[in-house]
Parts: sequence; C-alpha cells; structure tokens
Amino acid sequence: MLIAVTSSGDSLDSLVNEKFGRCQYFIIVNADTMKYEVVPNPAENAQGGAGPKAAEVLVNKGVNVLLTGHVGDKAEEALKKGHIHIITGLNENTKIADAIKFYLSKK
Amino acid sequence: MVISIASGKGGTGKTTVACGLASVTNNCVYIDCDVEEPNGHILLKPKITLEESSYKIIPKINNDLCNFCNKCTEVCEFNALLNFKTEIYLIDELCHSCGACTYFCPQKAITEVKKENGKIRIGETSNNILFYDAYLKVGEASAAPLIKKVKNAYKGDRPVIIDSPPGTSCSMLEAVKDSDFCVLVTESTPFGFNDLKLAINVLRQINIPYGIVINKYDENFSLLDEYIHDNQLNLLLRIPFRMDIAESYSKGELPTETVKDYKVMMLDLLEKIKKEIVKKEYA
Ligand code: SF4
Ligand code: SF4
Repeated sequence: MLIAVTSSGDSLDSLVNEKFGRCQYFIIVNADTMKYEVVPNPAENAQGGAGPKAAEVLVNKGVNVLLTGHVGDKAEEALKKGHIHIITGLNENTKIADAIKFYLSKK
Repeated sequence: MVISIASGKGGTGKTTVACGLASVTNNCVYIDCDVEEPNGHILLKPKITLEESSYKIIPKINNDLCNFCNKCTEVCEFNALLNFKTEIYLIDELCHSCGACTYFCPQKAITEVKKENGKIRIGETSNNILFYDAYLKVGEASAAPLIKKVKNAYKGDRPVIIDSPPGTSCSMLEAVKDSDFCVLVTESTPFGFNDLKLAINVLRQINIPYGIVINKYDENFSLLDEYIHDNQLNLLLRIPFRMDIAESYSKGELPTETVKDYKVMMLDLLEKIKKEIVKKEYA
C-alpha cells in the first residue's frame, strides 16, 4: 500500500504542509517496506487547477491513501476518480514520519 | 448610455447604489453582472418573464482514438485535463472553453460539446425597468463568458445600468469594459480605501472615465478624502452612514422608495454622470 503525505520538505523529518494542491512535496511511503519516495509537487505554483494537477501525479504513482490537511472540491473529484482514499485534518506541526505512524496505528 | 457600477471589494453597498440609480433613470435596463452572487433582484423585485440556460463549450475525449500523448494536458493552461494513463479526464468546471486541446490533439480524438454553466433571467419591474441577471453554476471557474452573455442579451438603445461583480478580477473587467462611465462605490474604511485604489488602476488602464461614491461615509476617516483631493479625483457623492438607509436595504427595500433624501441623492448622482458623459463626447 502506498501512502502519500503533503510535505513542506523532502524528508520524513519534514513537517506536513496542510494545503494539498500547493504543498512543496509529496512523500510517498510504501507501508509494506517503509521505503519512501520524494515527489516535488508540479502544481505548487500553478495559476489554477493546482489540486487536480497534484491529484494526477498521485494517481499515476499508484497511491492508495492520501494524508493531508484539506482538499478542494475539484481535487477531491480527481482523487476519487483515481480511487485514492482521502484523509484530511493533518496539522502542519506534525512530522511526516509521525503522520504515517499515526495512520498505520489507527488503521 | 451605459453606466457601470463597480467596487474594489464586496459589501460596500454597490448593489444598493446600482439599483437606486436604476430606479431614477427613466426607461432603463438593469443588468446584474455579479453572476456568482446576483442580488439586484432582492431590491428591484422584478417579475421574471424568461429564464434560459446558458452553455459553454467543453472538450469530449474519445478514449478509443487517444494514444495518451499528453499534448492536451500540456496545452491546457487551466489544468482542466488530467492524464490518468488509461483515460483523459476533464474537470469541466475548470475548462475556460479556449479550444486549445481540440486544436492541438494530433489524433483528432477531441470533439467539442455543450455543457450548461448557468442561466440567464429576464424580467420587468413595476416601474418599467427591464431587468437581466444571471446565475453561474457553483464551482464554475470562469464567470467572464456568462457575464458577456448577459450583457449582450440586451441589444436596444435604452440607458443601461450594469451592476459589476466586486473586486478587480477579469469578471469585473468583462462587466465594466465598453461602458461610457463607471461609478466606483467605496466606503470609509482602510479596506475600502485600499481596494478603491486597485479599482481605479484597472479603470485607468482600460481608459474608462469614472467617479467615486463613498457609501457609509465617515468624516473621521480622512485618508480617503485626502487621497481624492490630492489626486483630483471625481467625487460624485457621499452617502452618510445612517440607520434609516441601512434598515431599508437590510429589509430588502430600495432606499429610493423608503428614504426621502436618498432619491434626491440618486437623482443628483445621475445628473452628474450624464454631464460627465456629455463632457467626454465633446472632448
Ligand atoms: S492530445 Fe489527443 S491523443 Fe493526446 S492525450 Fe490528448 S486526447 Fe489523447
Ligand atoms: S478547451 Fe481550453 S481550457 Fe478547456 S480543457 Fe481544452 S485546453 Fe483546457
């Protein structure tokens, strides 16, 4: 299972970025191996439609679960279309590693 | 004669001024271009006689012809098209109908189809104002095409009052462009002042003569008066902050009908605007 977290930095120690479409990076963690990949968000500075564009990246990476702060309507439409399970409500004081641990412990 | 009423920010009382002005302009047409939140109808209470859907053009992708080359998603400036590898997916609210995707698709896999994006209403008020407004569907990213449609829906030569959407976006630009005169409504607050400057900037760039109406005027906020004075701007009217006026529009009533001197203020405003327009024509 691949879990993506919206991040303001490029490591597991980075803090969460709450804004899905405008975050700097996605940290995509493989829950089985705990290996991770850092993917820059190509939509960070997009004029419009940042959320859907970001969703496209995650869908094509085969992500199953997204952990983030909040997601706009159009991004949600695109994520659902790509069968990504969305979990919102993350706080920007949380480290990526902790967000993942928390999700796995609750699952 | 086309007069537009605009405001750098929402909540300045722009619609009250626009409707007030319409109610004292003989035989006029009122067009509500604030398509995301039209509320001129609340004050003018028109009888709606016609309601019709408005459409925009969106691309339709034939996934059998598509080879997922990605050209369309690259040329779409609005990120409306997503490549999910087995399907090109359109977020249709984001589409601005520019046609680029259809034009550039090497496989001719895209055709254009119509999609409802809002509706336009036409009506008439009891005192013979011809009334137009429009409703943009929730979530639609682009308001300008619908604004253009509702503006162009009236083709006669009666005086036209255009109620512009607030702000200084392309929606506002679409609403005020090609008017003979624009009335900028502001209020005596730092926010009102700041957004007024932005709106003035827009009007200067597109070369539309304008004047200023200060609503909820507060003489203690002197920055605004000083700015108008120092830049020799055309101050048309100060509407005092008064309970009877506030009460009237909060009850959905037009102050020109319930507050005696409000009507006088609007008549005076109209005369000043007419003079400005004549001045421009002879200039
Ligand atoms: S440009 Fe045409 S062929 Fe290429 S991905 Fe888009 S629809 Fe498919
Ligand atoms: S018509 Fe223009 S805005 Fe709409 S999807 Fe195609 S390229 Fe994007």
